[in-house]
Amino acid sequence: MSAVDAPLGLRSVAPIQSKLRRGLRRYSLPVIGALIIIAWIVVAIIAPLLSPYLPSTVDVTARLRPPSSTHWLGTDVLGRDVFTRLIYGTRISLTTGMVVVLVGAFIGTLVGGIAAYARGRVEEVIMRATDLVLCFPPIILAMAIAAALGIGTTNTIIAMLVVWWPKFARLARSLVLVQRSQEYVEAAVVIGLSPARILLRHIIPNSIGPLIILVTLDVGNAIITFAGLSFLGLGVIPPTPEWGSMVSEGRELIEQWWVAAFPGFAILTIVLGFNFLGDGIRDWLDPRSRRR
Amino acid sequence: MSAQNTGPGPILDVRDLRTQFFTDAGVVRAVDGVTFTVDAGETVGIVGESGSGKSVTALSLMRLLDEPSRIVGGEVRFRGADVLAMSEDELRAIRGDGIAMVFQDPMTSLNPVLRIARQLVEIMQAHGRFDGEQARARAISLLGRMGITAPQRAIRSYPHQFSGGMRQRVMLAMGFANEPALLIADEPTTALDVTIQAQILDLMVELNRDFGAAIILISHALGVIASVCRRVLVMYAGEVVEEGPTEQVLASPRHPYTWALINAVPRIDRHLPGTRRLTTIEGAPPDPLAMPSGCRFAARCPFRISKCDEHPPLDEVAPGRKARCWVTKGNEALPQASPPPPTTATIRPKSEKSATEPLLSVRGLVKHFPLRRDGLFAPRKVVHAVDGVDLDVEAGETVGLVGESGCGKSTFARLVVRIHEPTAGRIRFAGHDIAQASASAIRPLRRRLQMVFQDPYASLNPRMRVAEILSEPLRFHGLTGTSAETTARVDELLVSVGLNPKMATRFPHEFSGGQRQRISIARALALNPDFIVADEPISSLDVNIQAQVINLLVDLQEKFQLTYLFIAHDLAVVRHICDRLVVFYLGKVVEIAPAEDLFMRPLHPYTRYLISAVPIPDADAERRRKRLPLVGEPPSAVDPPSGCRFRTRCPIAQDICADVPPPLTPHRTGHLAACHFAGQF
Repeated sequence: MSAVDAPLGLRSVAPIQSKLRRGLRRYSLPVIGALIIIAWIVVAIIAPLLSPYLPSTVDVTARLRPPSSTHWLGTDVLGRDVFTRLIYGTRISLTTGMVVVLVGAFIGTLVGGIAAYARGRVEEVIMRATDLVLCFPPIILAMAIAAALGIGTTNTIIAMLVVWWPKFARLARSLVLVQRSQEYVEAAVVIGLSPARILLRHIIPNSIGPLIILVTLDVGNAIITFAGLSFLGLGVIPPTPEWGSMVSEGRELIEQWWVAAFPGFAILTIVLGFNFLGDGIRDWLDPRSRRR
Repeated sequence: MSAQNTGPGPILDVRDLRTQFFTDAGVVRAVDGVTFTVDAGETVGIVGESGSGKSVTALSLMRLLDEPSRIVGGEVRFRGADVLAMSEDELRAIRGDGIAMVFQDPMTSLNPVLRIARQLVEIMQAHGRFDGEQARARAISLLGRMGITAPQRAIRSYPHQFSGGMRQRVMLAMGFANEPALLIADEPTTALDVTIQAQILDLMVELNRDFGAAIILISHALGVIASVCRRVLVMYAGEVVEEGPTEQVLASPRHPYTWALINAVPRIDRHLPGTRRLTTIEGAPPDPLAMPSGCRFAARCPFRISKCDEHPPLDEVAPGRKARCWVTKGNEALPQASPPPPTTATIRPKSEKSATEPLLSVRGLVKHFPLRRDGLFAPRKVVHAVDGVDLDVEAGETVGLVGESGCGKSTFARLVVRIHEPTAGRIRFAGHDIAQASASAIRPLRRRLQMVFQDPYASLNPRMRVAEILSEPLRFHGLTGTSAETTARVDELLVSVGLNPKMATRFPHEFSGGQRQRISIARALALNPDFIVADEPISSLDVNIQAQVINLLVDLQEKFQLTYLFIAHDLAVVRHICDRLVVFYLGKVVEIAPAEDLFMRPLHPYTRYLISAVPIPDADAERRRKRLPLVGEPPSAVDPPSGCRFRTRCPIAQDICADVPPPLTPHRTGHLAACHFAGQF
């Protein structure tokens, strides 16, 4: 009996403690993630209040200064304050990243969902179109489109969207294929619901989990891609501050690590923030994991 | 391994075994003090509903459990050696050698990327008993012994080339590869059809006899246990509640739970005319996180006494018989079940051909599923799922569809409710031709034609609350105007299927399988249909829950004047509730008859085999009965045999059967069969 008593004894003390711990474990990460994102958004809005400099003020006498009390995060090749550029850069990086991924995910999910639900010729056409886009290296294709459309943030976002939706379409199609053979979908057919309603109300909500995870993982990716395009002279027009182009500028400066490291760290925090938040949203969307 | 124990006496001795799951929500006592022994060469059955701890017991015996489950107490001795104290190496030495195990799902228990030969030889070499060549020869002979035709060829195959039944034979071959002293089979036939189940059970009896290995057979079905096991353990809520020789336990149980299990199962060899209801016990097993301190079955027990507040011990009530019950302490027999209330006959006379048209009339229905082409120019192959079916269903009738899996019965159901579009043929429902009608043309008829699905875990949208699930059809068809009306109707629906209206705000995952099936039925009822197609609505439920759902369906039929098309593979159940039965084989109807007629005087050889294959939960009857051995597996529906499709397995087939497909002709009133030699087998 003694072997049995031990875990039972534990159990009577455990509830309050473990409930608290479980609550923390469950909600702390999404909250931290949301806080990081909110913090960055606030920084983007109040950027002028945080820094005495302007992001494009060049000071050749103060080139490549290490972090100090006057330049908290040092200065870059042209003597611009890295901290100032970083906080102003939030505006562009965050918006472009989020817009590209959210709009891309929306289009991709819809297109992929329709392909999987309709099957047959519709599916063939849609999926071959996605294959067509996917067989080009995304950055090259985006470059070509952006170049054709002309330099500028909006045009670059459009170019990125063209290469961004197919991966969501592929994922959404495979997720919808799994769901469409489930009996609850057949039940909806027997009730007489229209295909659009079945797709939007029954199938897509049950496929959304992995899509949200891809969205959250992808924001960082989009920020970096946008940065790459900027680096190639297609995204933002210099000297507009932007994280990716800042990393690019600092890439070869090994000694002056601060030039690339701080914007890189900023990208890291934002990607982490979206990941934490994404996990939380997934749990929250899934009623099965809400209570356990 | 150490102690040689071939003489009499237990080879397996389990004492006070306790296995617990340490979950976030608390400690689940899955196995709570289980004690039993297995003698050499003995056959022991463990029966109980899902969650009773029977599978966990089996896994504990071989220490196959993962975190968060832990064996926290007790003793397991195999040939005198303490299994719970063994090191990993010692354990590996007895796994697959001294003790072998066969699992429930033959589809996932073989490695799909390795050939059968490799998997069989590996297990023999792992224990160093045979070298490569010997092992290969033995593998071939074992496969032959397990009833696999052409074992030399079969051994080079991959698992996906085999059907479920064949794979289970391979699993048994693996189990017996090293001549184990004990074979543990965990629901080995649950995933198989009755005819295949009968083959596997017969094989297990033979293997026990020929190889002398003891067998622990775990099952939820008493019939399966009765056909193999001499002794049976009944488990409930983690405890053994009764133990004894199978025939005695089944004939006169000493624990109310066993009593309830026996009475909840309709028997194929016995039928009480006048009622279609079954004896059920109320409620569900106790919450494993909060086990009652007294008798764990007391809350559901019809024989409860005040003493039941104390926890009863498992005591001997007669030589060789134990029971955990205060009521039967002195070996008193439990009373016979009082017959359930009779069903008011809603069955209309079908003999007089009524002037009115049948509610559903199907003529020449065909559904072919095209397969992918093998190559660019290869001819497109087609699965002949349903191949020319005629059937009439009169209003108020219950028509049962039976047959093995893959025979087309589920496809037929989905054609009738137009989830699938038929390739050819006519479906007339209430005077409208719906076979080729568009979705919008059928929509108004959907209100009268509904379906209940097989899997209660897949048939409800997991992201919708019960209230949303039930109100969606109401609102979509505009049956309720205001939201207050909708709520009132949802409450009414929940009450009519025996659920509490307060549950409307919950999500499906908060319900048990039986409760979910009730929600599924409520959804079908929401539109006030007069025809319901039920596709195996009870096959994934525990026996007592099955009985509850059957009773509910019977009640609802009386109350709402419903017509049922009831698809099942359990013949005992369809006999119990159906007026007329339709037997499917490989996309065709082979026999249609009134239920009683079909069981008393089957005309088609296949029907006789089907009936004979059903195990009866009565050890005496099982032993006296001679089972008809149906050999082989159903042929492929891609390339069905010419003429009569059953001819390849039929013992009375002649030349004509290969040339001329037998038409479905009447032999008696309402009794049709498609056989050239009907009734001659």
